[in-house]
Amino acid sequence: MINQIAALGRFGINIVRHYGRAGMMLFQVIYYRPSFRKGFPLLLQQIYAEGVLSLIIIIVSGAFIGMVVALQGYHTLSKFGASQQLGPLVALSVARELGPVVTALLFAGRAGSALAAEIGLMKATDQLSSMEMMAVDPVRRVIAPRFWAGCISMPILTIIFDTVAIYGAFWLGVHWLGMDSGSFWSNMQSAVDFRLDIVNGIIKSMVFGVAITWIALHQGYDAIPTSAGIANATTRTVVYSSLAVLGLDFILTAMMIGAW
Amino acid sequence: MEHFVDIQGLSFQRNDRFIFHDINMMIPEGKVTAIMGPSGSGKTTLLRLIGKQLEPSKGSITVAGKPLSTLNHDALYQLRKKMGMLFQTGGLFTHLDVFENVAFPLREHTTLSESMIHTLVLLKLEMVGLRSAGHLMPAELSGGMARRVSLARAIALDPDLILYDEPLTGQDPISMGVLLKLIRTLNDALGLTSIIVSHDVKEVLDIADLVYIIADTRIIAEGTPAILKQNNNPMLRQFMDGLPDGPVPFHYPGCSLMDDLMKEEA
Ligand SMILES: Nc1ncnc2c1ncn2[C@@H]1O[C@H](COP(=O)(O)OP(=O)(O)OP(=O)(O)O)[C@@H](O)[C@H]1O
Ligand SMILES: [Mg+2]
Repeated sequence: MINQIAALGRFGINIVRHYGRAGMMLFQVIYYRPSFRKGFPLLLQQIYAEGVLSLIIIIVSGAFIGMVVALQGYHTLSKFGASQQLGPLVALSVARELGPVVTALLFAGRAGSALAAEIGLMKATDQLSSMEMMAVDPVRRVIAPRFWAGCISMPILTIIFDTVAIYGAFWLGVHWLGMDSGSFWSNMQSAVDFRLDIVNGIIKSMVFGVAITWIALHQGYDAIPTSAGIANATTRTVVYSSLAVLGLDFILTAMMIGAW
Repeated sequence: MEHFVDIQGLSFQRNDRFIFHDINMMIPEGKVTAIMGPSGSGKTTLLRLIGKQLEPSKGSITVAGKPLSTLNHDALYQLRKKMGMLFQTGGLFTHLDVFENVAFPLREHTTLSESMIHTLVLLKLEMVGLRSAGHLMPAELSGGMARRVSLARAIALDPDLILYDEPLTGQDPISMGVLLKLIRTLNDALGLTSIIVSHDVKEVLDIADLVYIIADTRIIAEGTPAILKQNNNPMLRQFMDGLPDGPVPFHYPGCSLMDDLMKEEA
């Protein structure tokens, strides 16, 4: 009995410590401003690794999701004789919901797991320790540029996803389902509000970007420095960040719709 | 200041197990100090404590007159600029080639021109016999070569204190001789303080000024090589002469083999 209580206590302490370390890491990243001369090239390098290299999967998924939503939407809308409203339907569902969430899930799988594995391996091979001993703080040199690159890349990837998805829906609607392209665009234009629909979607994607990169970097930085430890960190990154994205999405949506 | 590193009453624990128990150690400035001891006795741990990558459970460590426990982040990093450490595993950056690995500390901490950096890096690589290997990636190096690159990187900033963790492991007799000479020369020419951890007893005794031998959480012997060679302490003799039987524990602490076997049957 006493042992069980002790185990429970240790479990609790470990969880608090874990969050404490994660919080400390984020604080250090945000608190220390890197110098522009050294920091900027590092940031660009990481935007390339996290953002540009994720482009293909984002564009392909965006096109398919746009086309599928258009097909499904047309099918349902035409039952009510409202198929002319396909443009608004696609634009709203993509900009408000699908764009940020699907981009975030893909980003977690593509960039998040790579980040965790990279940092974990650097730790396991003493690269982070030797950096520390060369008086270079790994949080500033390695973690910070990766964090900011993730925060910058996510909204841009989301905008690209939205654009491609809407264009995919347009292509399918006009060239396949034979809709009128003028009414597709004008109905969309009159139904979509810039501030409420587009900006809110981008705010979501920014929050997801912070959450995913934070989780990935912390999992890598805190990984047990063995092959199993790194494998664990990568898996956890994808699982935790996917759950975090879905949970945050619910909270943000509730707040934005004003149900809170 | 006479002692570059001064360790007083140091204890260090990992999960209730003592790695060090109340040890005192003084590393004189400008000398080569060797630290030896059986595998797993905590030599690497000691170097990490001196670099403040680990915190002692008890006791104090002073480096260059600065007590480590009082240093804040910036002061610690300032102090580390004057330290070089050669890791047992090398710790080379796998995404940079050999040349860039050695250039890394120079690029981070100096504003030297590209041609200056080029010259300095070539000089350091020449010292370890790898000037023409600058374009290789760490994955293309042998273990001994990687360790030598790591050594070149550790001395890139001309530190005041160098910590060598087993620099001689995996070196052929020729490069071992070259490295020993290099360690000694660097020490004398630049007036640095060197701490070298090694298992090559005979070779290290030849170049060291002072030797500490750790075993079983304590320091079992200290002194100049000449004194140690005459010491008749059985633990020391066993270690220095490499005898399989004797008082130094070869096994990780725990219950006896017999008990373990009986447990299984029960
Ligand atoms: N991360 C760790 N967690 C728990 N115990 C550890 C850890 N690292 C080392 N130890 C323990 O600390 C002790 C000392 O390890 P250390 O690496 O300092 O030995 P060493 O003297 O350098 O050995 P070697 O000569 O084999 O390199 C070992 O018994 C090891 O089991
Ligand atoms: Mg060791």
